[in-house]
This record gives sequence, structure tokens and C-alpha cells, in this order.
Amino acid sequence: MFYFAVRRLLWAVPTLILIITIAFFLMRLAPGGPFSKERPVAPEILANLNKVYHLDESLPEQYLRYLGNILQGDFGPSFKYKDFTVNELIGLGFPVSAIIGGVAILIALIVGMGLGIIAALRQNKTTDYAVMTVAMFGITIPVFVVAPFMTLFFGLFLHWLPLSWSKEDWTSLIMPIAALSLPQIAIIARLMRGSMIEVLRSNYVRTARAKGLPEKLAILRHSLKPALVPVLSYLGPAVAGIITGSIVIEQTFNIPGIGRHFVQGAINRDYPMVMGVTILYGALIVFCNLLVDIIYGFLDPKVRYD
Amino acid sequence: MNETLPTTSIETPIIAEATVKGRGLWGNAWRRLRKNYAALFSLILLGFIVLLTLLAPYLSPYEYDAVDYDNFSTAPSFENAHYFGTERNGRDLFVRTLYGGRVSLSVGIVATFVSLVIGVLWGAIAGFVGGRVDNIMMRFVDILYAMPFMFFIIMLTVAFGRDILLIYVAIGAITWLDMARIVRGQALSLRRKEFVEAAVAGGVSTFNIIRRHIIPNLLGPVAIYCTLTIPSVILVESFVSFLGLGVQEPETSWGLLISEGVQTMDTAWWSLVFPSVFLAATLFCFNFIGDGLRDALDPKDR
Repeated sequence: MFYFAVRRLLWAVPTLILIITIAFFLMRLAPGGPFSKERPVAPEILANLNKVYHLDESLPEQYLRYLGNILQGDFGPSFKYKDFTVNELIGLGFPVSAIIGGVAILIALIVGMGLGIIAALRQNKTTDYAVMTVAMFGITIPVFVVAPFMTLFFGLFLHWLPLSWSKEDWTSLIMPIAALSLPQIAIIARLMRGSMIEVLRSNYVRTARAKGLPEKLAILRHSLKPALVPVLSYLGPAVAGIITGSIVIEQTFNIPGIGRHFVQGAINRDYPMVMGVTILYGALIVFCNLLVDIIYGFLDPKVRYD
Repeated sequence: MNETLPTTSIETPIIAEATVKGRGLWGNAWRRLRKNYAALFSLILLGFIVLLTLLAPYLSPYEYDAVDYDNFSTAPSFENAHYFGTERNGRDLFVRTLYGGRVSLSVGIVATFVSLVIGVLWGAIAGFVGGRVDNIMMRFVDILYAMPFMFFIIMLTVAFGRDILLIYVAIGAITWLDMARIVRGQALSLRRKEFVEAAVAGGVSTFNIIRRHIIPNLLGPVAIYCTLTIPSVILVESFVSFLGLGVQEPETSWGLLISEGVQTMDTAWWSLVFPSVFLAATLFCFNFIGDGLRDALDPKDR
């Protein structure tokens, strides 16, 4: 078990290095530097700027420097907001993004699993069809369509909820979180329903019922845990989905999180910002997958750690 | 019985059987698909949408980038032939939605084709060569799987400009991973199937084995997966364009139209609703067709 965790951890290292390397070279190979878009600067100033940001060094030197800095947790200065480092910007944005993303994933898990179980227990009845139809919508319609339609309906038409983020008003978080969790609710509900139906048909659940166990216990004690396995293995992709969705959500609702920094950075060619966010989120996704792999073993005794 | 047959005739019955079986599979699949009303309706609706986008220039008197100075942000009306209204710059939304559809659909098809070529080659080589090569190739896929792709695509568009061809290739180059896995799995199991062994034993050439036995058996899963890749590719392109990092004005795509619609939705609902409906309908169609194909081709049900 321990060795398995260590080995998986070691596999995460080349993945992370690859993420950093791709990010670095993509940005450095791009035509045009960060200062070439604005008004032309005097060559001496440009040389100085390049020197300050170490852009005058050779590519391998820059790469090694960047790698070394990242190992120390330093993403460098932001090219756009010259008074801030990328770390500071991420530090400002991360709590906001993390709260919204974290709540969204919790809600997606609870509601998605609940709906999936209900649908499975009422298989091929009206409730089941209703849940699955809604889930089909949730899966197919992208976040950037759902979110504006929600604002149009609940914000502009009904005036129930505020249109954009504000620090004081927690109700301004309802729509972003709902829009963010909706597709994940749909996917989790479908997964849960499928695996629950399979488990309910299995021999040991039939035995549990046959020996006279109340239906509630048969479900709680014998079906729930094995049915959770596919949902759990989806948790990694779910985190990735929430992160990607949060870029759009933060843009639509004007939330000052990391996603918006990323898009702004992308538009302004703020290389260190874009690379920093990519690496941070890449690491987060890799870490989640790792965690899921390890927890997997606790739920599914069939997994072997060799 | 086999021993009595001359070696030359062993090949013929196997090939003949395979041909008949292949036809039967697709005939069967089509019969099942026709009974699946959701899939059939999706097929018709999708055909209609494709036809609309192809015929766009003949359906409206307006150009997609021409400004109608009498109509800025006007509601849909049949009298002035702005069927979906105009957007804030006075351009006809009907034509723009259809032109955006051209871009979105062609991204879907081209990128899926790119992912098809890479994925099938990669998966087939890994699956058939096996052993060490397979291990290395699939580990590579595993590592790529953990990448934050949406971020890389955005980086790519930032770094190399918003060239639509680049977006096509970039999206295709990242969606081949699932295809490679599916094809590899299929190839691994096919390699050990009796009819392949029989063909090898019967002296059929590798090329003919691939043509007669492997490709027909791979076609089902690959076809299913392709129909499911197209909508996800359209989604990625729309996502990037929505953020303002994809297709550039005056060209347009559904994602870009939706993002423009969001900015003006408080005064002009039509600029949000029509592109959204087209995008959502297209995604629905592809998903239903994909599901329908899977049910139709699933050998477990046959």
C-alpha cells in the first residue's frame, strides 16, 4: 500500500515536469515578446527590461532558471501587473476560486449521487426518466450557455439573484456555483445510476435480500460502497472539469479568481501568469488523480497494489 | 476435415464469410438505428442544420460581415429579412449564426479527423506490436491524459495567434488519446481472436488480415467514438472562442456569437438565444446519434 502510493507519486513527477516544460517552451517559442505589443520602447530600456526579466539569456538557461524557481514555489513577476508577482496574484485569486470550486464539487457529489441512487431505485419509472432527461441536458449544454441563460432568467427577468460577484453578498455566489456544478451533477448522476443498478442486480445483494434483510439495510450496507467506485474514479476528471468551467464562470460573473487572471493573462500575453496558472492547475489535477487512485484501494478490495 | 482441404481454398471461405458478416453487421446496425427515434430524429435535424449552414448565402439577402445601417440591435422580423434580428454592429444574426455554424462544424469534423488518424495509428501500433513498445506508448498516453488541455490550447492560441487552422490541429492533436486507448484495447483482443489466428495459420498476408478482419472489427467502436468526439471538439472550440481567444472577427463561430450575445443580453435576447439554441441542438444531435450507434453496434445486445 505504502509502496504503491510512493510509486504513483513518482509517476506524478515526470507528468509535472512535462507540464512545466510544455508550458515553458510554448510560451518562449511564441513570436513576439511581452514588450513588443505596446508602444515601441527605446532599445536601451528594452535591453534593461529584458535583463531584469532574464529574457536576454539563452533558452536552456531560462528554462533551468524557471524550473529552479518553480521548485522553490516562485512563479516569477507578472508582466502585466508590474507591481505584483504571479504568486501574489494567485494568492489573491485562489481563495475565491477554491471556495467556489470546492462548494461546486461538494454539491455535485451530494446531489449527483442522490439523484443517481433515486433513479436507480426507481429504474424505468417516471422519476428515473425525468432524472436522466435532465442529466442529458446537463451533460450536453455547456457551462457558457447555461450560465448566461441563468443570469437572463433569475437575474434580469425575475430579479432574484445578483448578476455579478460582490464580496459582501453571498447570494451572488449561488448562480456561479449552480452553473458550475450542473454538468458534474449530471455526469455523476448517470454514473451512480449505472453502477447502482449493476450492484443491485448482483448476487450478494440478492442474498442479502433473500436472508430477509430490510431493503434499506441491503442498500445502505451492501450496495452503496461498491456502487461508489466508478463515481470515485470520476473525481479526477470532475475536478478538471470544474477547474475548466471556472474559467468561464469567473469571466461571466466577474469573479476575481484565478480563472479570470488566466484569461486576462492570455489576452495580455502575460507569460508568467499563464504558465503559473497552467502549472498550478496541472499539479492540482495530477494530485487529485493520485489521491483518487489511492482511495480506490480502500473501496475496491479487488485492486492490488503491485 | 481441415486436413482434406487443399491449402489454397482455405483462404476463400474465410474471406467470403467475413464479407457476408461485415455486411450483416452494418445492415443490422442500420435496422436498429432506424428504430431508435431519438437517434433518427437527431440525424434528420442535424442534416437540416448542416444544409442550412451550407446554403447560408442563398437563404438571406445579407452578407455575414455587412453592416445594415438602418438596423442596429433590432429584434427578429420577417419584414426586413433579419429573421434572427441584428446584433449591435448591425450585422444580420441569421447569416452570422449559419456562418458560425460552418466554422464550428468544420472544426468538429477536421479536428476529429486529425484525432482519428493519430489515435488509430497510435493505438493500432501499440496494440499489435505489444510488449515493451505498447507499455511505453500507453504510458505516454497516460501522462498526456493528466495534462490540463484546455489550458494548453489557450496557451497555444496566445502564443501563435488565433489562426483557425492552428485551432483545428491543436484540438485534434489532444483528442486522440481516448481514440488510441479504444483502438489499442480492440487491437489487443482482436490479435488473439480465433479467426485472426486462423487467417494467420491459413497463410493470409498481413495486409489482407488487416483489411479483411481487423478494420471491419475496429470500425464499430471507432465510428461510435468519432460521433462522440465531434461534439466535444465543437465544445472546445466554442469554449475558446467564448473567452475571446479563438476565431476572430469578422469571422465567427457559435462560441463567439454566444459571448457577444452575453454582452448584450439585457437589451437583445435574440443575440444570445439563437446561437445558443443552434449549438445546443447540434450537440444534442451528435450525442443522441452516438448513443444510438453504440446501441446499434453493441455486440452484447445482438
